[in-house]
Amino acid sequence: MPPVVEAIDLHRTYRTTTGTFRRRSLEVEAVRGVSFAIEEGELFGLLGPNGAGKTTTIKMLITLLIPTAGQALVLGHDVVDDAHWVRERIGYVFGGDRGLYERLSALDNLRYFAELYGVEPRRQRARIGELLELVGLESREKERVEGYSRGMRQRLHIARGLLHDPPVLFLDEPTIGVDPVGARELRQTIFGLKAAGKTVLLTTHYMFEADALCDRIAVVTRGKIVAEGTPRDLKARVSDGVVVEIEVYGIENGKVESLRAIDGVTSVAVEDRDQAQVVVVQAEAGREPTHDVLARLDGVSLGRVTTREPTLEDAYVALVTEEPVAVDG
Amino acid sequence: MRVLWRGFALHLKMMMRSSFDGLLGVLWPLFFATIAFLMFRAGGGGEALVFASFGAAVMGIWSSTSTSAGSAMQRERWHGTLELLVSAPVHFSTVLLPVTVAMSAMGLYSMIATLLLSRFLFGVDLPFEHPVSFAVAVVATVVSIGAMGFLLAVSFVRYRTAWALGNLLEYPVWLIAGFLVPLALLPGWVRPLSWVLAPTWGVDAIREAASGGGAWPEIALALTLGAAYLAVAIAVLETVLASARRAGSLALA
Repeated sequence: MPPVVEAIDLHRTYRTTTGTFRRRSLEVEAVRGVSFAIEEGELFGLLGPNGAGKTTTIKMLITLLIPTAGQALVLGHDVVDDAHWVRERIGYVFGGDRGLYERLSALDNLRYFAELYGVEPRRQRARIGELLELVGLESREKERVEGYSRGMRQRLHIARGLLHDPPVLFLDEPTIGVDPVGARELRQTIFGLKAAGKTVLLTTHYMFEADALCDRIAVVTRGKIVAEGTPRDLKARVSDGVVVEIEVYGIENGKVESLRAIDGVTSVAVEDRDQAQVVVVQAEAGREPTHDVLARLDGVSLGRVTTREPTLEDAYVALVTEEPVAVDG
Repeated sequence: MRVLWRGFALHLKMMMRSSFDGLLGVLWPLFFATIAFLMFRAGGGGEALVFASFGAAVMGIWSSTSTSAGSAMQRERWHGTLELLVSAPVHFSTVLLPVTVAMSAMGLYSMIATLLLSRFLFGVDLPFEHPVSFAVAVVATVVSIGAMGFLLAVSFVRYRTAWALGNLLEYPVWLIAGFLVPLALLPGWVRPLSWVLAPTWGVDAIREAASGGGAWPEIALALTLGAAYLAVAIAVLETVLASARRAGSLALA
């Protein structure tokens, strides 16, 4: 059976300008050769930091952007040539406050989009009722959306995306900005979609979310996929390594770069924590880089130094902070 | 048809719920109309005041459509709903048309307010010789100006800053369509521009029907031009949308 969603060497370049009086045209490569395939009933995650190209990729797949190069297919149909056919069979949900008519009630929002998505008039009332119940808004549906919390808006977004019962769903950071309890409920809803047989493409920058929900994950950074596989594959990449965390008070870029040159070090990242910074150094299994790292930080004001086993987040950080390398699929 | 009606009803509902837009909608036409009446009264009043009353009334419909159509598309972009509307399976014209017709229908209020203002505050004795053709002329004017707004809105979808075009066109059309100044007073080269503007024929039809003349040819012309705007807008819409998808201009950034 052919894949339900297929991206083949997708590229997307944006044109932008700089300057006020002396304008210069710039080309920004948001997506630089992304390829993946999603099978029927699969929940596939695109994981990456802000600006990695996740949303641009998803917008090409849902027919809103035309790829600069490459091809995208949904249910075997080209998203550029057969845009209308594809639109009838996909749902799109994005995160954040936008995408709803604030001055209208949830019910009015859903009624309007039900018309736009071609839900049969005699089915509309029942379908909207089912969805309001699914996302837990059945008692608040007559209130204006402007009074809704972020979590409620997000649930309304999901209901809107499901109105025409599409077999394929694209969820672009659906839990962004939602409180932990609301995010957990949303993840349960998303998991329910997979259980109902939907094919789902989910973008997120939360590692744990991708791990909890996705059958397979592709890590995207700087417009390219740098790793792809099951969450277990991804964990295996770092499970036998070691991580050293050093608290520092002011560190120059040159010093950070010098740490990357230490034999066996696979990634170096600097995180801000309150008044201090924490340098997180990952090294291959069997290495003990602490001594070399401290030697190269000579002259830097140091705080606590700890050594620990790597986590999934370390795997993610290593992937998105290092230069792209060939990775097992 | 249902999608057109629901879109129209919901967009009208949204506009009516905005207290800021509502206040502007109430005050603006009254300001404009007051300025027009004071000017024409100073110039002698009489027939000229009747001419100005109907012109100022249609001005409200045009102003509401030209400025609101642009800001409405920009608002859809800000709210992130423009992308959802474009990615819906229905033809985009069925999404866009109700928005612009709702704008011009809002302008109906300003028409009524202007006529009441001229009657009761300025004491203009407005004639309504042919009420039926007058009512048809008003509907034809609203629909054809809505179609003109639709044509403008197509460009607003493609270009993020095109909303300014609506504002830019507001005042020239007041003049060129003969809302306040008889077309005979304008330079000859302006006439062809006036003839291709549906509001020119709309306001003419309203004046004719009110004063007892035959308004049907003007009504037919206004509707024909409205239909032509629709046809052009629908014909270029797919090309414009493809261009917007290539340029990535449907979202804010």
